[in-house]
Amino acid sequence: MTVQPTPASATPEGGHLLELRDLHVEFRTAEGVARVINGVSYHLDAGETLAVLGESGSGKSVTAQAIMGILDTPPALIRSGQILYQGQDLLTRSEEQRRQVRGKEIAMIFQDALSALNPVFPVGWQIGETLRQRAGMSRGDARRRAIELMDLVKIPGAAKRIGDYPHQFSGGMRQRVMIAMALALDPKVLIADEPTTALDVTVQAQIMDLLADLRRDLNMAMILITHDLGVVAGVADRIAVMYAGRIVEHADVRSLYKAPAHPYTKGLLESIPRMDVRGQELSTIKGLPPNLMRIPSGCPFHPRCPYVQQVCVDVVPHDLVLGDGRTSACHFAQEVRDDSAR
Amino acid sequence: MTAPASSTKVRGETILSVDNLVKHFPISQGVLFQRQVGAVKAVDGVSFELRRGETLGIVGESGCGKSTLARLLMRLETPTSGRATLEGKDLFKSSGSELRRVRRNMQMVMQDPYTSLNPRMTVGDIIGEPFEIHRDAAPKGSRERRVQELLDVVGLNPEHINRYPHQFSGGQRQRIGIARALALRPEIIVCDEPVSALDVSIQAQVINLLEQLQDEFGLSYIFIAHDLSVVRHISDRVAVMYLGRIVEIGTEDEIYERPTHPYTQALLSAVPVPDPEAREQRNMIRLVGDVPSPADPPSGCHFRTRCWKAQDICATEDPQLVPRAADPHPSACHFAELRPPLPTA
Repeated sequence: MTVQPTPASATPEGGHLLELRDLHVEFRTAEGVARVINGVSYHLDAGETLAVLGESGSGKSVTAQAIMGILDTPPALIRSGQILYQGQDLLTRSEEQRRQVRGKEIAMIFQDALSALNPVFPVGWQIGETLRQRAGMSRGDARRRAIELMDLVKIPGAAKRIGDYPHQFSGGMRQRVMIAMALALDPKVLIADEPTTALDVTVQAQIMDLLADLRRDLNMAMILITHDLGVVAGVADRIAVMYAGRIVEHADVRSLYKAPAHPYTKGLLESIPRMDVRGQELSTIKGLPPNLMRIPSGCPFHPRCPYVQQVCVDVVPHDLVLGDGRTSACHFAQEVRDDSAR
Repeated sequence: MTAPASSTKVRGETILSVDNLVKHFPISQGVLFQRQVGAVKAVDGVSFELRRGETLGIVGESGCGKSTLARLLMRLETPTSGRATLEGKDLFKSSGSELRRVRRNMQMVMQDPYTSLNPRMTVGDIIGEPFEIHRDAAPKGSRERRVQELLDVVGLNPEHINRYPHQFSGGQRQRIGIARALALRPEIIVCDEPVSALDVSIQAQVINLLEQLQDEFGLSYIFIAHDLSVVRHISDRVAVMYLGRIVEIGTEDEIYERPTHPYTQALLSAVPVPDPEAREQRNMIRLVGDVPSPADPPSGCHFRTRCWKAQDICATEDPQLVPRAADPHPSACHFAELRPPLPTA
């Protein structure tokens, strides 16, 4: 397996904080083999936010679970690739070594805070659990630290609410509890998997603000996984767009929104109704996302693509470097970008 | 498929009028001797009119009562008080065969295409089921043909009539739900979050389908959603709900370009805009705190606890939903005023 360096930016001294190299993951099911991740490479440096954007089934969450080491294997199988954290490949480490990384170095918050929290324990106890187990704190210390963490994520009246149960909190407050748990061991990387999808817009704005503040104050790096092009625009530095288990476009936020260079990204941006732009009929991406057990030949997007040519059916497009650190896995990337910029 | 008889009726006349609709769910305590200790005021005095051929969007955050409103209109819930008339007939007083006629004229598309279709029924049975109840709508011999027509209308392959829901994707399933709603040729379709469970690229396909069907059959939609961009795209008029009440109602232009209620303004400013440059020019209003419990809403204006304009009068006096000096569309705020519009990208 050849390792492709990520051309999006030069490797800093000592390597990237987190780097994925040509990751392949498949799910072996009774119906066949679903190739969920097909050669994903990306990297993350300290203090930056990378957004991983994709629709359901694009492999964005599975990538995160592979980084955390919480994939269910089987049915999942990491076929090949490397996940380098501070230069060390996590995939070759023992489970105990990975446990040391999980939570302490890389932490994760999940989409649905209600089902991610245990309903029969008070939230303070749940935040403190990590501290008792992993940091070896006493009950009293863990409790005091839990209150600090709840203050940090701006839960009003933290000291009074530490004994409350998850059902006594609103959706936004539960998500704050989740964030507090993730921050308990001062991780350097925070992976947020659809952190605001289940929330209302006004609450969503509060949580995204909180995440941006925390990232700045604690100098964390963040991977934000989302399907919402609107949410990404406000917080991310770079965006990786995923389709059928591949990164099809990788760019800094501004240039991606200004002139997408992959037909899929372009289609996505054109298909969302814009509140600030009036239009008639929405343009759509025709067809459906591919069945991961039967990914189309060549470029996986070709059956839905308006730019399709014979070469797209025959040849898998490699990442085309477009200058200013952008890549697009499309044979006609230049053309698409020029069209979008028009 | 032939256009329903309604196409000869006047576009723009009032087809459904809702007057001071209230739904309180009782909260009871005690095991043996249950007594009511309070009520969740899910819908608390809602009035609006729906005109023929228009789309009325209803937006609001979770818990504002928009889905309860839909269920009331479909008569899946009985209102505590209030009236609604559909083409002159009282919606809540009718029963028996009259209720069936009313229901035939008003159908619903549900939110979740994964749970709103029976997994053990074929698509043909699901879409044809309304004909079992309304036998005169399609004579037995012509049912299969009618179902195939409906599949064709919503952009599915008529040959797939014997497939089961699990053989379809989310977007296709939502099309099945739409075909089922269309089966009896209703004049009104209540859409409760019809696209929120779908991926972005599929969402646009379903929205376009709904718009195309509206033109073709002269349908009126009540379109309930929390996504303000989608609602703006599809609606002619928009009602904004907060804690069981409509706080502002007007044309799509009035609500999005000239909102006068502080809640509408805050809601609009919180919508994530997919354009990094337009975002920086916006001045955001950050609401603090959460929506209060509908079991114990604040006195006076329900929004006052989160409002930056709140004065003493807001706690003592309910603001009426009436046209305000700032802009002549109804807004339920004592201090209704315009704020600079969102920058357009």
